[in-house]
Amino acid sequence: MPYTSHTEDDRLKMLHALGIESEDELFASIPVEHRLRDLLAMETGRTEPELMRSFRERAAANRPAAAAVSFLGGGVYDHAVPAAVRNIASRPEFATAYTPYQAEVSQGTLQVIFEFQTHVSRLTELPVANASMYDAATALAEAVLMAARVTRRNTVLLPASLNPRYRAVVERYCEGQSIALRSVPLSEAGDIDAAALRDRLDESVAGVVVQTPGYFGVIEKPWTFSDAVHDAGALLVAVTDPISLSILRAPGSWGADIAVGEAQPLGGDMNFGGPLLGIMACTNKLIRRMPGRIVSASTDVDGRDAYVLTLQTREQHIRREKASSNICSNQGLMATRATVYLSLLGETGFVELGRSCFAAAHQLAAMIDALDGYGLRYRGPFFREFVVTCRRDASDVVHAARERGVFAGIPLSRYFGPSRRRELLVAVTEKHNTADFELLCEALAPAG
Amino acid sequence: MDQSNIRFTKDHEWIRVDGDSGEAVVGITDFAAGELGDIVFVELPDVGESVTAGETMGTIEAVKTVADVYAPASGKVVAVNEELEDAPDRVNASPFDEGWFVRVELSDPEQLDALMNAEAYRDMTGQS
Amino acid sequence: MPDTIYKKSRPGRHGFRVAPDAPKPDLPDEFLRDGPIGLPEVTEPQVMRHYVELSTLNHHVDKDLYPLGSCTMKYNPKVNEEVAALAGFSGLHPEQDERDVQGALGVIHDLEDQLAVVSGMDAVTLQPAAGAHGELTGLIVARAYFGNRGEPGRTRVLIPDSAHGTNPASAKIAGLEPETIHSGADGRIDVAALRERLDNDVAVLMLTVPNTLGLFEDRITEITAAVHKVGGLCYMDGTNMNALMGQVRPGDLGFDVMHFNLHKTFSTPHGGGGPGSGPVAVKSHLEPFLPGPRVQRAGDGFRFAPQSVLRVGPVHSFFGNFGIYLRALAYIMRLGADGIRHASQVACLNANYLARRLGDEYPIPYGQRCMHEFVASGDRFREYGVRTLDIAKRLLDYGFHAPTMYFPLVVQEAIMVEPTETETLETLDRFADTMLDIAREAREHPERLTLAPTRTPVRRVDETMANRHPVITAPGREST
Repeated sequence: MPYTSHTEDDRLKMLHALGIESEDELFASIPVEHRLRDLLAMETGRTEPELMRSFRERAAANRPAAAAVSFLGGGVYDHAVPAAVRNIASRPEFATAYTPYQAEVSQGTLQVIFEFQTHVSRLTELPVANASMYDAATALAEAVLMAARVTRRNTVLLPASLNPRYRAVVERYCEGQSIALRSVPLSEAGDIDAAALRDRLDESVAGVVVQTPGYFGVIEKPWTFSDAVHDAGALLVAVTDPISLSILRAPGSWGADIAVGEAQPLGGDMNFGGPLLGIMACTNKLIRRMPGRIVSASTDVDGRDAYVLTLQTREQHIRREKASSNICSNQGLMATRATVYLSLLGETGFVELGRSCFAAAHQLAAMIDALDGYGLRYRGPFFREFVVTCRRDASDVVHAARERGVFAGIPLSRYFGPSRRRELLVAVTEKHNTADFELLCEALAPAG
Repeated sequence: MDQSNIRFTKDHEWIRVDGDSGEAVVGITDFAAGELGDIVFVELPDVGESVTAGETMGTIEAVKTVADVYAPASGKVVAVNEELEDAPDRVNASPFDEGWFVRVELSDPEQLDALMNAEAYRDMTGQS
Repeated sequence: MPDTIYKKSRPGRHGFRVAPDAPKPDLPDEFLRDGPIGLPEVTEPQVMRHYVELSTLNHHVDKDLYPLGSCTMKYNPKVNEEVAALAGFSGLHPEQDERDVQGALGVIHDLEDQLAVVSGMDAVTLQPAAGAHGELTGLIVARAYFGNRGEPGRTRVLIPDSAHGTNPASAKIAGLEPETIHSGADGRIDVAALRERLDNDVAVLMLTVPNTLGLFEDRITEITAAVHKVGGLCYMDGTNMNALMGQVRPGDLGFDVMHFNLHKTFSTPHGGGGPGSGPVAVKSHLEPFLPGPRVQRAGDGFRFAPQSVLRVGPVHSFFGNFGIYLRALAYIMRLGADGIRHASQVACLNANYLARRLGDEYPIPYGQRCMHEFVASGDRFREYGVRTLDIAKRLLDYGFHAPTMYFPLVVQEAIMVEPTETETLETLDRFADTMLDIAREAREHPERLTLAPTRTPVRRVDETMANRHPVITAPGREST
């Protein structure tokens, strides 16, 4: 049997030590009428080569975006994953390690998390970051709950440019807490309508969520309303694309109290949408109200530098029903990948990456804009993702492009209804080149 | 230390009336601080908030535990020990003095009559 | 102790660089950072040495035993890693056309199916990203079920005092009210006391089976029947499924809903704290409420099933931790029906064997017959000035990870031991011998425990300081 080791000798020795005849006696407390006599209704085990064969066939039945010309985005992006990131993350010392509750034998994991917290803090310009959450959607849901708890208010404003998949998860978490969610419309340019936002700020508002760049790709100007939000007694919650923080102004610099985001692009594969990597950072004032694991630097009894999990009294294993969150894990190995990724790219590499995504996206946008019947939907500034208005149904465009081996983007009708059926969300990364752009343009507007 | 004007709750809070001011100071006992271990954080009500006898008014945290702090008597919080934010260790070092939590304007001073005196508290905690 | 990667930084060094000529972005200044981020500048060789050195400081499953109760630290098969790394899986974007992800949809479908078989339930969602997340999802489904039946007043969730803290925490987040029920003298639910608490405002009874003492609730069918009689649902926390798989099905015991921990029972790696995966299985009456999307067969292939109008919305951005449950499916297929039954059998044999070897020195309050784990007490060593914490720290000196300590709360100075089925008899004996040596040391040289560990990369860390004055980031770039 795979992975177990007892020889017949071992087994008999153990049964003898226990004074029993067979392992069956160990299950005597299970009601006999429910004890399974037969094996479960599933196939017998396969050998390793048989297993690999089966999964290779399954994998071959997929056409991965990473190997195609793909412009799919919407929170998950196809960036280059450095070989060194894969190498470190696959080491059993990181992959098979447990949660670092015993600090003395977990300094590797703890220091990696400390560096991760530092990287996230520097990207967001907020002093406190946790060891990660499941994904941006749940991180945002937790941030919303946090805002409600801290302010003791029960309304949260969400922009119409919020990722619809994140919005759905936020709704799930808020249902159980009687938190009302209200929407803030966008301006013509595609960013939040600041006047409409101000109109909605009242004493019941616990938090205002700003996604920048928004789901439609437009970069916000939160500094134009952050004071108004704070004056109203609410918290400002930023939802960010970490890659954009390579060049764009950071949430901490424009008054965000909490920042969350999807860090899958930082060294993670797309993995059909999971595992992902939620990041969360906040101001010093909020440190004890923030969910998730946190690592602190400290010293050991000999005075050596050492790291340890801290502020555990916030967590469920101590506070139980009074805990602010039920979260028990972080995305450990994904956070390890992101840490190595940012260390490897470093200041220069990461900034250049961001600049190249920006430049490439603008090159493509200009090329598409020049096509007959196609144009950019929004005038506002964008980073690496934008919405194209097509001359026909975007779903048809996507279908036709797929026939040519191009994954053109996400039709907005998928989330925003038939009124937006001609709109297509297009994302660009540093993996794209001009030839890819030409293929997309030909797919959108075939010549002849 | 003269504990003749201090009363104690069964949850290990103490309350000491300040002369005729109508106000009293509240904290937790040395026994409680000893049981909890190194105090790392104390969460207290804000100035101006009302507290109700027997109901939680805050929490106190050690490294691996968190415990509720109950108001010994009802009233309005008129002062909070801000030093505890940066120096929670005061609670361990000086629980009856520098480690005080809040000062309360009592709404019903007679509530203190129902609480234990120092001797009864020592009996309860097996310290006598 | 190694420096942080920041300390190894020197201006002008480069690691991974893809676009050295990328132009400055054409955006007004107000949108742009006005200074450096503060990321390190190091080379790839430096990065490799740095993280490889850090890795050597960790205990891990491929190094030695983790006898952690309730964590099921079994071996993480490497073939699972090969499967998960196949580009045909890792390179999939979740918004891709269904026709291009048939292999992935087949994985989802097949794993849902296999977990339904193991649990004896009718339907499964793979969306929750961790066990606690699964608990939350299961409770949200229960709440939706009652809402749909016009019974929104059912908000009470009964949870034993031996339960893990995630149980009551999840109940709160789900908008329900957790209530503690006490264990009887035998460590199991006091059924008479439970009956007194059952009423028509009970939503869910939430049980871990076997419980956190490693004991099976022998009156389980009576218990679940009593809850059903008052119209409530029974939830099983599947943390300890490693004791039950192939031996009994939770669905047959009267459970309506349960969650699995794939990173425990189904061998996916712990990764230093994640990612995990917490699928939820339900009986057919709860199926319409499961969050989607779910997968069904369509002709020769698969598609996303049309959404039930009653379904609760999603709890994750996409389909859950696909890369993790892919590994779990590989494991299930590798073991097969026979391997699965064998695994739980050996898990229980190993735990009972250790209980037998240790039970004299480390009393086991609820008896030495257990399932896949047992809880001993270190209380008797208090007279030597030694606590369970000190025993745990001394174990680190001998190269083992400590067992779970101070949980469950119902045992004083608790030591929860779960060896799992992938350990050899030699390792079990080595661990037992070490624990016996430590007991001797506790009596004769207690300072060896109270000052332990001394042979690990760092010794006991000052947690008080870390809690009073947390230092969350490396010094250098002060932000706000």
